[in-house]
Amino acid sequence: MSGQTPSKSERAASRRIAVAFLVSAAGAVGFAVTYGLNGGTQWEGVCLAVAFAGLAVGLAVWSRRLVPVGGYVEEHEGFVPPPAEQAMTAAVFRAPESPTRRWGLLAALGFALTALGVAALFPLRSLLPWDRQRPTRSLKDTPWGPGIRLVDDQGRPLRPDDVPADTMVAVFPEGSIDVGDAPAFAVRLNPERFIRQPAGGHLGGLVVWSLLCTHAGCPVRLYLKGAGRVLCPCHQSSFDLLAGARPIAGPAARPLPGLPIEVGPDGFLRATGDFTAPPGAGFWSRP
Amino acid sequence: MIMGPLARALDDRLRLSPITRRALAKIFPDHWSFMLGEIALYSFIALILTGVYLTFFFDASSADRVYQGSYAPLDGATTSAAYASTVRLSWDVRAGLLIRQTHHWAALAFVAAIVLHLSRIYFTGAFRKPRELNWLIGVTMLALALANGFTGYSMPDDLLSGLGLRIITSVVESIPLVGTWLAALALGGEFPSDEMIPRIFITHVLLVPAILVALISLHLGILVRQKHSQFPGPGRTEHNVVGSRFWPGYTLRTLALFAWVLAVLFALGGLVQINPVWLYGPFAPAESSSPAQPDWYVAWGDGALRLFPPWEFRIGGYLVPAPFFPGVVLGGLSFVALYLWPFIERWCTRDRRPHQLLDRPRNHPVRVGIGVGALTFYVVLVVAAGDDILARLLRVPVYDLLALFRVLVLVLPIVTGVLAFLIARALCRGEAASLGELTRADLRRGARPAPRRPTGEDEPEVPVRHRPGERIELWPQGEVWRWRYRNEAGQLTLTNNRAVTSEEEAVETARLAYPGVDRVVVPGPPPPPARALRVALRRWGRATAAGSLLVAALLGRRRERRRRRDGEDEPPPPEQADAISGGGDPT
Ligand code: HEM
Ligand code: FES
Repeated sequence: MSGQTPSKSERAASRRIAVAFLVSAAGAVGFAVTYGLNGGTQWEGVCLAVAFAGLAVGLAVWSRRLVPVGGYVEEHEGFVPPPAEQAMTAAVFRAPESPTRRWGLLAALGFALTALGVAALFPLRSLLPWDRQRPTRSLKDTPWGPGIRLVDDQGRPLRPDDVPADTMVAVFPEGSIDVGDAPAFAVRLNPERFIRQPAGGHLGGLVVWSLLCTHAGCPVRLYLKGAGRVLCPCHQSSFDLLAGARPIAGPAARPLPGLPIEVGPDGFLRATGDFTAPPGAGFWSRP
Repeated sequence: MIMGPLARALDDRLRLSPITRRALAKIFPDHWSFMLGEIALYSFIALILTGVYLTFFFDASSADRVYQGSYAPLDGATTSAAYASTVRLSWDVRAGLLIRQTHHWAALAFVAAIVLHLSRIYFTGAFRKPRELNWLIGVTMLALALANGFTGYSMPDDLLSGLGLRIITSVVESIPLVGTWLAALALGGEFPSDEMIPRIFITHVLLVPAILVALISLHLGILVRQKHSQFPGPGRTEHNVVGSRFWPGYTLRTLALFAWVLAVLFALGGLVQINPVWLYGPFAPAESSSPAQPDWYVAWGDGALRLFPPWEFRIGGYLVPAPFFPGVVLGGLSFVALYLWPFIERWCTRDRRPHQLLDRPRNHPVRVGIGVGALTFYVVLVVAAGDDILARLLRVPVYDLLALFRVLVLVLPIVTGVLAFLIARALCRGEAASLGELTRADLRRGARPAPRRPTGEDEPEVPVRHRPGERIELWPQGEVWRWRYRNEAGQLTLTNNRAVTSEEEAVETARLAYPGVDRVVVPGPPPPPARALRVALRRWGRATAAGSLLVAALLGRRRERRRRRDGEDEPPPPEQADAISGGGDPT
């Protein structure tokens, strides 16, 4: 207070605040030094945290000890405007020369603006793939087709012997390894254990299915050995490969599409057509 | 002061001083729950600061690029430019990892603060008239925050982000009729398209942040215009706001909060690893990782996708796939319910009056029950998103957990909702001040059916004539007038937040704040207790002896004291205090 020496607690508070700001400055210097010496993420983080924590403590003590907390009141007018104000404002809009009175012109203006708004939507079309197919077609088609060879993730063509018993081998259409809906997997199972025949057929127990979960499209990369099941890591759908890759648990509702295969004249595996159904998640016009 | 002439020059041209004076005197209620929105604001500022730094190093492109750098396992690997630049940012750009991790932690904190802020608004009824508009803006900002978090998470093009993007694409494709078109419109092709990352990038760093900045400005503008709401209490009415002034008390406090937020975020960013994309590897269409969990604020969607049964059906030969319900319908309904809540409640309670006083949550048991039930529902979903991890930790089959969660998600919200309803009612009817003090009698009283009181009615304000000991005191202070509210019984004194230019204005503002309370003119505020000179001298002596106090400390204190002297209400000099005698209120 004016003309008075600060009270003991005020001075103690001032001291604490000053110390806190000094700690903050030390943190900032520490950060600069750590950065200069390439001291690593941890120390950079700690130094910056100290710098800001020092500021925070200083400001917080300041706000609690040296300025009043609370004890003030402000009037609140409420939000019902006086009727006279309201009427006067409305009168401005109802004045004879006011544009809001010309209904015909307003309608025409509204028409023009609507037309402009609709026209402005057209360029959004450019966001679609312009020269490619309709989106649903491209979802239904994959690069697989008759004669497309199966390759592994390095692009090497596969022979039937390259698929050992009871493991899963990711396979791709030759030349299209990076295409989103193409990945498939090959497994060798004992055909006598099939409860239901695989949709795409099999070559002496060698079966190929789409790798994409029919729930939301994650690759079903977890293969449960012996059980002949695959599990999707995203939401734990599991598919029974011995029963035509039918979903047996979790949120998926449709079996994995199969890929019909044969052994080509060169001894390599190749597809005889596309998947038995569009791979991956479902959509409106999915057959 | 150097600032003086500059301030005067500006004021001469823009006439700022009246606005500034009122702005600096704005009252902020002193309750911790009013700080939650500020935490969200400061996290957002942290996001912008760190995010801009990231844009200098992040390359938003799916073109092939060879990573060369100090992370050996990927050195020489060809990945997308987005992924390679993220690994470079993390391993080879100095302070890059700190900023990147801080950005990610800030995103988590941002959404968390928004959700807490929203809960506080909900449970205290702060969304009621006249504040519905800010509720709508707030819900929109929550949606945008979720969207920006998700796009941010998707940009580094690592395996997890790719999986998340694939799932969300599938969810969009599940929308009847337009789904596949919408997905193609967003991605510019089939997943994973080359246009995907650049589009996500521009959405993440420009579109959504720009809209957020606009909405935040609007949110705060409306807040200032409408003034804060406040909890009921002595001296608080529907016609005033009680608390600290913006300057200096609140300014210091909120800056302290800002610094705290930054301190915590940088500590987390430096010390706690988050999203180590180099371990996940780059996205590849045939790879997936296990376990695969999203950030917490999208986990409710992930949990819902896990729990929803494999139901799908066809309409006229067209497929409505399973993810449509947990993904699109649940998300859509959640936000529609949030948007409509103020109007639903108004319709149910027929309460159309404006409210400046908040509800204590207990005074609205139904609202509390619904809120707690809804929160429980989403928490169960979030936990369910970790069912595979839980199964591994607890060594139980994941499908047993799934079955359990499918039951819990339906039953638990009802249980907690009803419990919360009963507890709120017990608190409301009984004498207990807090949860800990609830007695069994209170609980029994809460469980009994309600003696019908019209819902939505607040306790009517006690008329002034039944509140003796209250008065308004006005006094001149040099050229200007001040007033304060005194409540002898409650030993409460509240000073008005700013000086006004005339006695009429003082009377007018006091009448607005405390309708019907008697007003008197008094000499001035009581002088502060005088201190014994000896005590003061001894203190000074000790301070000098301690002498080693650093220069900076002294300077800071001196400046501080001066500011305090200038800002405070000075007690009137003695002769003035003598000259004016107390008198009755002229109005
Ligand atoms: C609502 C606000 C925002 C949220 C919720 C948010 C969230 C995120 C998240 C979760 C990530 C992933 C971080 C990671 O890699 O672990 C991210 C990345 C990124 N954000 Fe933001 N962000 C926001 C605003 C911004 C702004 C305003 C900018 C720039 C102007 C920005 C620039 C970036 C960049 C460049 C990346 C990629 C960094 C990388 O991982 O390589 N963000 N964001
Ligand atoms: S994507 Fe496979 S279970 Fe959801």
